[in-house]
Amino acid sequence: MDLDDTPQQAQYRLTVRAWLEQHRSEAPVLTGPDAIHDEHEIIAARRRWQGRLAEGGLAGVTWPEEYGGQGLGPIEQVICNQEISRAKVPGILDVIGVGMLGPTIIAHGSDEQKRRYLGPMLHGDEVWCQLFSEPAAGSDLAAVQTRAKQLDDSSWTITGQKVWTTNAQFASYGLLLARTDGSVPKHNGLTMFIVPMDAPGVTVRGLRQISGEAEFNEVFFDDVHLEADAHVGALGSGWGTALTTLMFERITLGLGGEGLGYDPLRFARAIGAHDSARRDPEVRQRLGDILAELTAVRFSGYRMLTELQRGQIPGPEAGLAKVTTVNNGLAGGDLIADVLGPDALASDSEWTYMISFIPGLKSAGGTEEILRNTIGERVLGLPPEPRLDKGIPFEELRTKETAKV
Amino acid sequence: MNLTLSDEQLLLREAARNALARFKTFHAARAALEDGPAHEPLPDLWPTACEAGWPGLLVHEAHGGAGLDAFDAMLVMQECGRVLAGVPLLGHLPATAILGDAPAAADMLEGLASGEQRAAYLPAQPPNDLTDSWTSEPALGTDRPAVPVIAGSDDQATVSGHFAFVPDAPGAATLVGVAIKDGNPVGIAVASDAPGVAIEAVTRYDATRSLGHVTLDGTPALILDAPVDSLVSAWHLAQALLAAESIGSVETALDVSVQYAKERFTFGRAIGSYQAVKHSLTEILRRLENGRSLLYYAGWSFRGKPDEFALASACARSVAGHALDHASRTMIAVHGGIGATWEHDAPLYFRRAQLSRRLLGGTAGATDRVASEVLAASSR
Repeated sequence: MDLDDTPQQAQYRLTVRAWLEQHRSEAPVLTGPDAIHDEHEIIAARRRWQGRLAEGGLAGVTWPEEYGGQGLGPIEQVICNQEISRAKVPGILDVIGVGMLGPTIIAHGSDEQKRRYLGPMLHGDEVWCQLFSEPAAGSDLAAVQTRAKQLDDSSWTITGQKVWTTNAQFASYGLLLARTDGSVPKHNGLTMFIVPMDAPGVTVRGLRQISGEAEFNEVFFDDVHLEADAHVGALGSGWGTALTTLMFERITLGLGGEGLGYDPLRFARAIGAHDSARRDPEVRQRLGDILAELTAVRFSGYRMLTELQRGQIPGPEAGLAKVTTVNNGLAGGDLIADVLGPDALASDSEWTYMISFIPGLKSAGGTEEILRNTIGERVLGLPPEPRLDKGIPFEELRTKETAKV
Repeated sequence: MNLTLSDEQLLLREAARNALARFKTFHAARAALEDGPAHEPLPDLWPTACEAGWPGLLVHEAHGGAGLDAFDAMLVMQECGRVLAGVPLLGHLPATAILGDAPAAADMLEGLASGEQRAAYLPAQPPNDLTDSWTSEPALGTDRPAVPVIAGSDDQATVSGHFAFVPDAPGAATLVGVAIKDGNPVGIAVASDAPGVAIEAVTRYDATRSLGHVTLDGTPALILDAPVDSLVSAWHLAQALLAAESIGSVETALDVSVQYAKERFTFGRAIGSYQAVKHSLTEILRRLENGRSLLYYAGWSFRGKPDEFALASACARSVAGHALDHASRTMIAVHGGIGATWEHDAPLYFRRAQLSRRLLGGTAGATDRVASEVLAASSR
């Protein structure tokens, strides 16, 4: 057991640190008095910075070299993330593309797709979004209804709606899960597509959340035309491809190190600034419980990293770290607002955004309930809940569901 | 970055599991609670521990020990916890850690490493961000008494004081703790047969846990030349060992509960297929995995990052303590009515959880220490 860098890793860390030292003045300033505020300007600056990170070898660290990556392991990715965070500069903008969608295309895409899309994705020239969830397909993702119909000339038309789509408002492309065959059971009739977000018939609408800001989007597809070769992998193989993306999602979140960015020290600083709160036994119990669990998540991440280094794929139990992080983020927000009082909820408070954001995270990337089902069944080996959709063609299922309403 | 067990550690764990499997520990835990003819005394597991080399786990090889790390000792504790075995290591190991850092105690180490002699640690909680005082366990309530002040000069030093709920004190040859000399904490060692020593054996709810109220009255004490860091570390080591033991118990509580949830049918299906039951069991797993991760942190930091050992062991104790509390209650609930009967093992886990939670400063004390350490770090 060892948590220190090997000599090679230490050397790599120094190289990364030196690069960041040399280039940090080029990084966009997002906080403090000199911060840029215009949203378009921020996005443009962060895309340029992602390009610089990619040129410096600090983006796509685990991608194969032939697609512009460094061909290194997960540990080097973590070292990069740690150094970027240490240098107090932003990381890449397109975490979803580079962390999840790119690796999916590398695993399942055609040579032509890899050649065309991966380079611009890595350099931030083309940002990507993930078009999976729908209003009626979240936990039950295989129930997607967005329809892809093949025309006589083998090209496609897409009709349907996606939701909770991060970055869609400035994305160039999306990876879309659509139904290509409704006459077979739901998992078998899905295919993955690459969709240009500027195609006629694509409409992106911001979805405002509790905070009042719109970070997610709804995306509508009205007879959107796609070329015959727009699908990723074979027809009907979309579910397997989606699972690849979700696996990379677990890895990306796990390698974040500090979970979803809820740094235990940040909570402690806020409480510690108030002497009476700092001495209050109840406050200390609540704070201690939160900090202990968040610390556990950090080391669970290191355990996952050890598995990855040994060539093992992280199992669904990695989802438990997400449950722990979200629930302690909620508890942390509550505690801080209890200590600071209503001022914690003021519009210019540094906590309002977090307090507003976390309730939705309960459902993001799989609801807590569906994660617990999956983990109970696949890790503990408990029997599944009886299901009413097994082996039934999707169209019949839909007919039944509609009839019940 | 490597958070896995080495081949040697896997062997150590397997050997411990096999050694403990020779005893009917669950039967013993229940029979020891009985009054009257059904009562059986607990089997003495110390000879087994000695055979396996556990007493010397933390003692340097030069003194006949194995010279291993805290994490190795925690692996053994985890195995003891898995079968609710009563092996008096919780008292012995922190004591040997202090003595090993004190040249004045060098000639005691060989007997302690072989297990020929057994030591017990008189728990002494170090100061935190709010207080400068070293404290002992209270006999009653939550006010922690200060550790005693040494009387007399170095070679004629004596100690008087009361130490409540000392793990594994009955039968120990040497008691190792902390006292105050000239306003500073120092380590002390006293022989249990020295004048003025009284050890009252106490059993509380879990018969597998040997405890003693120790009274010293003008007792001659050896002043230990161990550094203060070593005295601080011993407290946190005890926390880490108890955390490991608790996580072991959570592992088997979960296994048994999952097995039952697969076999027990209601309304035509296994109860483990119901979300309510499934989610309770995954909650045990969540706490267990968090605990396991923190055992790595604590085990690694003992020597790898001593500055963080207090935080790491407090995190481990806090999370493991909550995990065992939760697991033992869920185990009873998942088993339905049978889980609350004397015949079932679930109440034995519950008894273990109830008592562990209140020893060595309590789970709540560890949680407070987590806050203390991070608050101190955040203001630096």
